[in-house]
Amino acid sequence: MAIKIQPGELVQYDYRPPRRGWMDEPAPFRPGTYSHAGVKKHVEYLGLPNPREWQPYEQDWKLPENWKEIIVGGMRERLGRFRSLKLFLDICVRCGACADKCHFFLGSGDPKNMPVLRAELLRSVYRRYFTLSGKLFGKLAGARDLTEDVLKEWFYYFYQCTECRRCSIYCPYGIDTAEITMMGRELLNLVGVNINWIIEPASNCFRTGNHLGIQPHTFRDNIEFAADEIKDLTGITIEPSINRKGAEVLFIIPSADIFAEPHIFTFYGYLMLLHEIGLDYTFSAYASEGGNFGLFQSHELMKRLNAKLYAEAGRLRVKWMMGGECGHMWRVIHQYMNTMNGPADFLEVPVSPVTGTRFDNARSAKIIHICEFTADLVHNTKLNLDPSRNDAYRVTYHDSCNPARGMGLLEEPRAVIRASCNKFFEMPEETIRERTFCCGSGSGIGTDENIEARLRGGLPRAAAVRHVRETRGVNMLSCICAIDKATLPAVMDYWVPGVQVCGVHELLGNALVMKHEIPRTANLRGEPFAGGEAADA
Amino acid sequence: MIPLISFGLMLFLIAAALAGIEWGGAPYFFAVIVPYAAAGLFLCGVIYRIIRWGLSPVPFRIPATGGQQKSLGWIRTGGTDNPSTAAGVWGRMLLEVLLFRSLFRNMKAERAGEALAYGSSKWLWLGALVFHWSMLAVVLRHLRFFTEPVPAPVAWLQAADGLFETALPPVYLTDITLCAALAYLLGRRLAVPTLRYLSLAADYLPLLLIIAIAVTGVLMRHVFRQDLNAVKALALGLVHFAPVVPKGAGALFYLHLFLVSALAAYLPFGKLVHFAGVFLSPARNLANTTRTRRHVNPWDYPVKTHTYEEWESEFAEKLKSSGYELERK
Repeated sequence: MAIKIQPGELVQYDYRPPRRGWMDEPAPFRPGTYSHAGVKKHVEYLGLPNPREWQPYEQDWKLPENWKEIIVGGMRERLGRFRSLKLFLDICVRCGACADKCHFFLGSGDPKNMPVLRAELLRSVYRRYFTLSGKLFGKLAGARDLTEDVLKEWFYYFYQCTECRRCSIYCPYGIDTAEITMMGRELLNLVGVNINWIIEPASNCFRTGNHLGIQPHTFRDNIEFAADEIKDLTGITIEPSINRKGAEVLFIIPSADIFAEPHIFTFYGYLMLLHEIGLDYTFSAYASEGGNFGLFQSHELMKRLNAKLYAEAGRLRVKWMMGGECGHMWRVIHQYMNTMNGPADFLEVPVSPVTGTRFDNARSAKIIHICEFTADLVHNTKLNLDPSRNDAYRVTYHDSCNPARGMGLLEEPRAVIRASCNKFFEMPEETIRERTFCCGSGSGIGTDENIEARLRGGLPRAAAVRHVRETRGVNMLSCICAIDKATLPAVMDYWVPGVQVCGVHELLGNALVMKHEIPRTANLRGEPFAGGEAADA
Repeated sequence: MIPLISFGLMLFLIAAALAGIEWGGAPYFFAVIVPYAAAGLFLCGVIYRIIRWGLSPVPFRIPATGGQQKSLGWIRTGGTDNPSTAAGVWGRMLLEVLLFRSLFRNMKAERAGEALAYGSSKWLWLGALVFHWSMLAVVLRHLRFFTEPVPAPVAWLQAADGLFETALPPVYLTDITLCAALAYLLGRRLAVPTLRYLSLAADYLPLLLIIAIAVTGVLMRHVFRQDLNAVKALALGLVHFAPVVPKGAGALFYLHLFLVSALAAYLPFGKLVHFAGVFLSPARNLANTTRTRRHVNPWDYPVKTHTYEEWESEFAEKLKSSGYELERK
């Protein structure tokens, strides 16, 4: 189903809610605003409930007969396991501060995309089955029965949330819609209601180690291909190692970095940087993916997929680990991995062999973000950088939601960008750092069939980019997330044509003056440096 | 529709209470049983809620970070917006609870075609802050009824609050601010279309109840004066568990007391319980130290993974042919 959306088509809406109450308004299921169902063989491979062929646009979702019991039982179990869920269902005062903070609401005007109402979809059922007032007073107390329509509505709106946590920052109680959505999706998965864009990558990842199902020989080929490209560009031979025992560092990246555009240019940047400083590191074909679509399905699947990271570090007997540019991978690594898959006491506290900096902030998890590593190099002037090589780019920076609000990695990437570029311009402050807007396609909903929802969700980010495009001539949007790199180009093409997307380490790779390099005239994309050869002189 | 129903319910509650007070012929019920029952429900309810929340663990350390993390020494951290120490968490929570830090971030998005503009929007923050602090001052002022002698700070507060002597008895500043804030909060809920759309009866009823309490209180002070000695005798009797039903306390006073009791009894069971819950919010009350200190999940259980050995045996041929070293030769 190819969905074509014309320019200007998506702005015919306002923020006025419909007259009918939200409980009486079923989810619209308009093509272009939802993703397709998890394919049977992948659901089966992962051993998840209720594998079958079905689609959300069909009337019959082929739910198990006792689906209601399963969901209510699943809620009971999760209320007992997660204080966050119980508390967030209890204490919302519906002040509405979160309403116009969600990119999906801002881009669609659909009131159920207001975070408060998204949570009410779950809360109303919670009240009906778990609170006295809900049992006694029903609708008047904001409670409603769990019906198939409600379940479909959950599906529609919990897969129209990217778990970006922007609303949580504005909530006076920190109610985190990511928690609500994660629990909602876990419940849906109990009866086999899921989307293929999450289930298939997760199943591939479980089997081969990465989302696309790249097998070890292809993994090696792709990395060697990148090394060849770098040799053409710089004249320098790089021989990255894979599955090498005894390396100091295991470097985990999102697998998109080795095959997708524009990710691959960031990958060149990594390879050049790590070669230049002589880091003793290895990739792993088994742990060939840092991204974790389990996060978008259930806590259990997240843990299952993530186990390989520490396991492989142990097998290869490395000292510490480093992670590449990826958003949700870092939510998992920073906030879940140590708890789920740790302790990592067989590893050592990361220490930069170049600067001697000890990364105490990772002293327990033993894994650092490459932006932390590179920012330290830049700060200690260990790199020979020529930012003028990026002069063709007028750069802005999109804080990826998870590193921003699930970690606080704000200044490290900026330090790298400032050292690598002369022309760096920030977007309006309401749209960056902890207040950053999601790309609109995060949390596993970056599918083609969902393109209208994605473009709508991308509107606030695009509006901010357009602002700096118009005022500062920005033509390059940098970011540190593989999903951003995969999906922002489409968002830019639709809303702000002429703006490209790149990773932070692509910019660094452009600026990096390597020892013994041949005279370089082109950046990693093969485009001439601004002013051609003159700029390099 | 929901606002009307809520308003109707509120009027019904008031009318029923007044009828009971005037014609019920059971002053002991309204003077003693209702307040004790309400206090009991309030205490037990709050404890029950906190225990219930407490019984659910916090399996993962998931603070929503509102600023720069602590990483490299030369990078300034976000301080209390992204705390990395217990003191920082205390700071974050105090700012949240006392000054409504997160609401202070609020801004308003306005769209024109494809463009979005953001404007300052501090009214909600101001309204909420004024309401909560005024409410606290009003409650503290009422301590003068429950204590003998009245503690000096309560007397000071009362004196300071009534400093603007524009009438006799002095109009309390916090009475004015409380009523203004309540009017704003209710007006906003009714006037903003999206807010009206998502509001439940459970959002209007507490507001209307507090408004009714404030109005009856102000009326007693400035219009239908009550015998304060009788009121104080009742209050002291209640706190010393030697309840008396004094002569001279009027229907308006009993209505006020009934509404306060209704609020206290309802507090733990509706959204107003946020006053206790805010302290437990895992997105706010945890330090962002997940990589520095291992957080333990008490219900962690083993899961089925795909081990290296399984992976190697599945791809053994391909691994061998592309030059990987295998564990199993």
